[in-house]
Amino acid sequence: MSLTLTVNGVEHHVDAEPEMPLLWVLRDLLNLPGTKFGCGQALCGACTVHLDGRPVRSCVTPMSRVGAAQVTTIEGLSPNGSHPLQQAWVELAVPQCGFCQAGQLMTAAALLASTPHPTDDEIDRSMGGNICRCGTYTRIRAAIKKAAGSGP
Amino acid sequence: MASLLVLGTSCQHDSRLVAADALSPAEGDARTLRPLSAFAALHSDEERSVAFFIEATKVMLHPRCSNCHPAGDSPLQGLEQRIHDPPVVRGPEDHGVVGMECGTCHQPQNQPLARVPGAPKWSLAPRIMAWVGRTPHQLCEQLKDPARNGGKTLAQIQEHSAHDELVAWGWVPGSRREPAPGSQREFGALIDGWVATGAHCPAEKTP
Repeated sequence: MSLTLTVNGVEHHVDAEPEMPLLWVLRDLLNLPGTKFGCGQALCGACTVHLDGRPVRSCVTPMSRVGAAQVTTIEGLSPNGSHPLQQAWVELAVPQCGFCQAGQLMTAAALLASTPHPTDDEIDRSMGGNICRCGTYTRIRAAIKKAAGSGP
Repeated sequence: MASLLVLGTSCQHDSRLVAADALSPAEGDARTLRPLSAFAALHSDEERSVAFFIEATKVMLHPRCSNCHPAGDSPLQGLEQRIHDPPVVRGPEDHGVVGMECGTCHQPQNQPLARVPGAPKWSLAPRIMAWVGRTPHQLCEQLKDPARNGGKTLAQIQEHSAHDELVAWGWVPGSRREPAPGSQREFGALIDGWVATGAHCPAEKTP
């Protein structure tokens, strides 16, 4: 069936079932591969996108939940990679393999939007569902603090 | 039934204790709920009220229900009631914190492929409504106390028990999870019966 969704400010019409995960629509139908498929069970955070500004795991979010909500993916976090987090990520060379980093950035962006100067505990609590198998957690935390204006 | 017959000769005891002993969940089938008629042999409304409540605690103290009524700041998972993984905290409004809200992962319905459970209004019960570790006596007093039951009247508790969508999830948890005992209809009937007989509470057992 035909479904309408708005991704990064652009309205799209796709042929998909209401049960189809948002991640499949983003990657396979809209050719937005920045959002990654990790575990498929909401256990790793690699597929994190925003639904009206709130992080969700797109691998388990059915299209029926998306409705008229604004979807934001890593491609839409900033027009040119200029989000303070993206800049901090580059400056501190946060990624190693990089696979989880889009999800990390999307969760971090929502955290800073609601908590501009998070403590270590607040960072850990919000980022705890985004797993990095390269173990870049200390650099992720440092970059979040840098973007918040309170880091190295 | 033998235990019910014994009741008739035990009237020198506190009736609330007698009913609690004779009809404790350990003596019945833990996976089913007995109908109100199973308690007809009890001698008084107070005894029946206590018995109905204890039967209903099979549901409320089952991990499928109490896992989201924790005494701490994290929900629990599984029949062994392990700490929720991924790590989550209840947050200021019992919905988690930004980036790790209930709705970050849980949907309005179960997700069979991913095995992520879901229902409308998925959330933790407030800390004042903690059920984990409660005795039937404590749970009963807590449920009747508007300061610890979300300001509900007994009628609202009846409605909540019998018809709430999140409560209903306990019997359709999906992905081969063990459901709460009995059915929501049977649970609702026990709560109705408990209220109709005066909403008496079991006495606290002494060790």
